[in-house]
Amino acid sequence: MSDNGSKAGPEPSERTAIGITFGNSNSSIAYLVDDKAEVIANEDGDRQIPTILSYVDGDEYYGQQAKNFLVRNPKNTVAYFRDFLGKEFKSIDPTHNHASAHPQESGETVSFTLKDKEGEEAEPSTLPVSEIATRYLRRLVGSASEYLGKKVTSAVITVPTNFNEKQKAALVAAAAAADLEVLQVISDPVAAVLAYDARPEAKIEDKIVVVADLGGTRSDVAVVASRGGMYTILATVHDYEFAGVALDKVLMDHFAKEFMKKNSGASDPRENAKSLAKLRLEAEATKRALSLGTNASFSVESLADGIDFASTINRLRYETIARTVFEGINRLVDSALKKAGLDVLDVDEVVLSGGTSHTPRIAANFGYIFPQNTRILAPSTEVTAINPSELGARGAALQASLIQDYEAEDINQSTHAAVTTVPHVTNAIGVISVNEAGEEVFVPVVPPETAVPARRTVHVSAPNGGDVLVKVVEGNTHIKVTKPEPKVKENGDSKAAKVEDADDSDEDDSDFSDDDEEEEEKREKVWKIGSTLAEAAVKGVKKNGKVEVSITVNSDLSVLVTAREVGGKGGVRGTLSSA
Amino acid sequence: MEATVVPLPLPALPEGWEAENNFKAVGKITKEGATQRTIEPVGPYFLAHARRARHKRTFSEDDRIQAQERAKKVEDNDDSEISEPEDPMMLQRDAKDWKSQDHYKVLGLSKYRYKATEEQIKRAHRKKVLKHHPDKKAAAGRADDDNFFKCIQKATEVLLDPTKRRQFDSVDEEADVEPPTKKQLANGKFYKLWGAVFKSEARFSKKRGVVEDVENFYNFWYNFDSWRTFEYLDEDVPDDNENRDQKRHMERKNANARKKKKAEDNARLRKLLDDCSAGDERIKRFRQEASAAKNKKRLEREAAEKQAAEDARLKKEAEAKAAKEAEEKAKSDRDAAKKAKEAAKNAVKKNKRVLRGSVKDANYFASGDASAATIDAVLGDVELVQAKIDPDEIAALAAKLNGLTVADEIKSVWKGEVERLVAAGKLKEGEAKSLAA
Repeated sequence: MSDNGSKAGPEPSERTAIGITFGNSNSSIAYLVDDKAEVIANEDGDRQIPTILSYVDGDEYYGQQAKNFLVRNPKNTVAYFRDFLGKEFKSIDPTHNHASAHPQESGETVSFTLKDKEGEEAEPSTLPVSEIATRYLRRLVGSASEYLGKKVTSAVITVPTNFNEKQKAALVAAAAAADLEVLQVISDPVAAVLAYDARPEAKIEDKIVVVADLGGTRSDVAVVASRGGMYTILATVHDYEFAGVALDKVLMDHFAKEFMKKNSGASDPRENAKSLAKLRLEAEATKRALSLGTNASFSVESLADGIDFASTINRLRYETIARTVFEGINRLVDSALKKAGLDVLDVDEVVLSGGTSHTPRIAANFGYIFPQNTRILAPSTEVTAINPSELGARGAALQASLIQDYEAEDINQSTHAAVTTVPHVTNAIGVISVNEAGEEVFVPVVPPETAVPARRTVHVSAPNGGDVLVKVVEGNTHIKVTKPEPKVKENGDSKAAKVEDADDSDEDDSDFSDDDEEEEEKREKVWKIGSTLAEAAVKGVKKNGKVEVSITVNSDLSVLVTAREVGGKGGVRGTLSSA
Repeated sequence: MEATVVPLPLPALPEGWEAENNFKAVGKITKEGATQRTIEPVGPYFLAHARRARHKRTFSEDDRIQAQERAKKVEDNDDSEISEPEDPMMLQRDAKDWKSQDHYKVLGLSKYRYKATEEQIKRAHRKKVLKHHPDKKAAAGRADDDNFFKCIQKATEVLLDPTKRRQFDSVDEEADVEPPTKKQLANGKFYKLWGAVFKSEARFSKKRGVVEDVENFYNFWYNFDSWRTFEYLDEDVPDDNENRDQKRHMERKNANARKKKKAEDNARLRKLLDDCSAGDERIKRFRQEASAAKNKKRLEREAAEKQAAEDARLKKEAEAKAAKEAEEKAKSDRDAAKKAKEAAKNAVKKNKRVLRGSVKDANYFASGDASAATIDAVLGDVELVQAKIDPDEIAALAAKLNGLTVADEIKSVWKGEVERLVAAGKLKEGEAKSLAA
């Protein structure tokens, strides 16, 4: 959170706050209606509004209309500019701007030269990226205001986790110039988790969530520890290769080749800028169609040399030719987990966010990577999943509604590092119980990576009644790998499969190999009992009674343990001082 | 978070386990057992965390405070505020006569009136509907008794429509506060009494806000921007298509009536302000101060002029007085001189008589009876002497002669006198020989 400069924001009572996802490729706006976040469609009926501005004869176009001008008016159309905010020219990646207005160096910042005024001889103006962002945000806010019928004054905006303070400040300043108060800048993955957790049926529990935010020009994976509704990002990875445009590229290459094959002598449509733009637009549309259906058509009028082109593709073919991209995304998730020092078995949920997440193959691949009981929240795997493209905006809208009643000063203070930076326990804290075999097992009460202060309560059964021991211990996990019993294989190619498996990393079971009959080694997460913290006795428990154990870890790491029979009086209470 | 249930049982207490209060602290979490990480400042649970962290509350304290706050909210939702006794006369109202009904009273919101929120109106409506629904009346054996229910519906219809509600509020006399009478103001409380009036008038203001100083207060009210309308009092316009002229006539009439009422309302407000400002001590003070400053110069100039005039007058008076005195003096001097002259004349006459008498007493210096010629000559000489000497000498001569009766003595005096005169050259030798003989 950064403050909104010298300009005082509106009073909390006069705010109309929305959530904005300001993406590099697409943006969304959302508003909370009756405690439910709704993504607002703009004048064109789009909920994913391309982050593109275009100028034709002094008229400004944005969104899908501007995107269509990439074919006819690329020089005065600016796209993929979000990531340039608050950056110097030498540190930007202009790859994606090849087919639109090119970024230029201008002092400390990046600018674009556009003809944004009417008249043939009008001088093109050089606009810094902040001005472009301001103009675009103004249009977004205008759409939202029009939809809501009241002036939108404030917003929560989501940005990638690797947006630095300077970039955030540039974004806030650009918004302020568009007359928009930025209540808070939140990170994309957390907005996505919040959007899921804010659903009425959601239960707040301790879980590890992997958020794969797969966008148009970049993919970000974050590992988030969700502890009692509070989120801590454990690790993030960012990638600019395996994203939506890479999939478009695959389709473009495919159809360009097919075009040339069909029309011998025709020139390569990828050589000509206009043909390339047409190819790109249609490839993107085909990609979207393939996310919904198993077959999609591709047709462009006058693709190159005045020749019309029409073709179809099925999903299987698409998934085959795009395999390298999908694998790259899988590796991204692996590396994020490795960075967080976690195993796939530790992950309780995978949230797919961003437009590219619509692709069914990606969700299916995640299904193979993660164990059975990990929920993959994507439209193709879970019917109740929220539209991945809308997650960020919804989360932002929820956050906006939560904080819009507070003074800006209050928000600043609450999001200050002194409040947000707290110790997180490394080891789990739990109690010992006895399993069927009579062995002592660890029951986690406070899971690892829980921010303190934290309070957790469990009810442990005591079927025999009488006096029971509540032993509070630390614990941690390790992955137990059980080699499968050597099995006599009749199938001849088992050997080959084994070799392939050895090549792959151990849990990545080669997503595209269809021969899955090979017996895998069994991996499971096992809790190991660590040092004992305290012992307490609860006496005279009734038969089939339950004992409530509550563990509170305070901010100074001192621990308060209370244990009592459920429904009983008194109980045992003790404190462990901090080290 | 709610407690999770663990199905596996707890171990039994080993034999001989003993501890004070049944609790044995064994280990502790070390600093190494924790990593400093940043929580994402997002979501309701983070807000709760931030609340606890910033107010330094423990979990149980925060739970308690939150529970209290929630409890308070429930109380707010309680609609005990909408429980006014229902006037039996009101319950008999005919719904057709809705224009004259007090919608707030019908819903039991008469103490809120224009201040009632939409939420309150909705709740009040619901409450009244639950009580007066015709089906309930029917169940109690009073079929077709839906008159008051219709009143309720009409009241809600009016009050939940912002336009209609404004129209009704515009003519809601119950919400007006009468301006205080002189008698009431006599007890002081000027600001309190007028304050209530303006608070009620302020409900018609298009602008919201607080006017702080006195001058702005009156400016605001004299330039009052009111949304008050009088459509509510319109006469019904016949909506049949049969008589368009009649319809237009009615519409015109209504428009005029509205305009007139608006003008009257403005005039009323103006009068109100005039009355108020007339009694406002602050305004009086301001006026005095202002007029004092304005008149200061004039007064000074006037005083100077007055002084100058006074000075001039005094000077003139003094001059006049001096002149008059001088004149009077001259007159008296003249009179005195005249008197003295007359006196001298008289004295001369008297002395002359004495002189003449003396010669007579001396029998004209003749023995026996004096002849006429002798008398003439003597008297002629006396005359001559008299003419030759001045009045003083006459007086001296008279004094010498006065009282003398003996003729010789008188003759010697005369003789002496003539000789003196001759010596002085006033008489020639030989003259007055009758006296000198």
